[in-house]
Amino acid sequence: MNTVTETAGLDGNDMEPGVTAGAKGIVADWSSDQVAFRKAPWGKAMMWIFLLSDTFIFSIFLIGYMTARMSTKVPWPNPSEVFALTVFGTSVPLLLIAIMTFILITSSGTMAMAVKFGYEQNKKVCFRLIVLTAILGASFVGMQVFEWSKLILDEGVRPWYNPFGAPQFGAVFFMVTGFHGTHVTIGVIFLFIIANKVRKGEFDRGDAGFMTGRPGRYEMVETIGLYWHFVDLVWVFIFALFYLW
Amino acid sequence: MAEGQNHPIGIYLWVWGALFVVSALSYWVDWYGFQGALRWSLILIFMFIKAGAIVWVFMHMKWERLSLFSAIMIPTVFIAVFIFIMALEADYTEIVRLTFFSDWQNFFTVEHHGTH
Repeated sequence: MNTVTETAGLDGNDMEPGVTAGAKGIVADWSSDQVAFRKAPWGKAMMWIFLLSDTFIFSIFLIGYMTARMSTKVPWPNPSEVFALTVFGTSVPLLLIAIMTFILITSSGTMAMAVKFGYEQNKKVCFRLIVLTAILGASFVGMQVFEWSKLILDEGVRPWYNPFGAPQFGAVFFMVTGFHGTHVTIGVIFLFIIANKVRKGEFDRGDAGFMTGRPGRYEMVETIGLYWHFVDLVWVFIFALFYLW
Repeated sequence: MAEGQNHPIGIYLWVWGALFVVSALSYWVDWYGFQGALRWSLILIFMFIKAGAIVWVFMHMKWERLSLFSAIMIPTVFIAVFIFIMALEADYTEIVRLTFFSDWQNFFTVEHHGTH
């Protein structure tokens, strides 16, 4: 076989000699003397594997929620009413949650474009987009703090009790949204760290990182971007399964 | 930057707009007050559209090699298996609770259950 086969993505574009596409490509990539995640930098491959493990953690939380909700004798509280906000005298269902959803989606869009401008070595735009992403993430956490304090202080919701219905509601709510909020908070911190590296030009020069001798690259923007999109992804599931169900 | 994932800005803006629209639609499901099977199927459809768009374009899965795609996506199938198992378990738990705990003074007096 001396034919040069097509390569790379699932849609089979961008060619490179000697790299096979599709199902044959899996065999070729995982065969001896090959790199399994060819073309993916190690940091990105490791981030994907971490995100897979995180997917399982959040799945276990949401499956635990399903099991609790399916087996209660007392009716589950109606999230549409629990999370309603009164604006100008009228009660709007899930208002804050909707705003939080749109903020997180917006931050995902700015992050995606930050990755693009990073690869174009456009330092200034990349830095501004990452900072904007981090600010949107921080405002999301701020709204979550507001939501938690409203539920804990005004409504008296506890992990073992709430005035609306099944007592498991509080336990599920604090665990699921608390874990997600922690992820957002950690993401905001790392976004600021990466933004600062972009601003100082560390990825242009390839400066060594804080705890590694490896040179910094704009791929790191894509890797932290993967984490940030994952946080948005988890919120999609929480929004649908916990708040809307 | 041949190695990097650099794609036209148009596709990001397009997906971004689509995510806004689909989010608005799923909020509208609650606002309008759909109930029952229609509500649940709409919520799930919109959820999977959004999740797919984020993974496919924002996380660049569309452009990754099949090796990475399979290593990440195939294990998630096991989640579906787990959901199925725990749904069975939850049904069983509910039956047990309704049978014994709804009149649960009788739980310890076995003859009450035997005689009716």
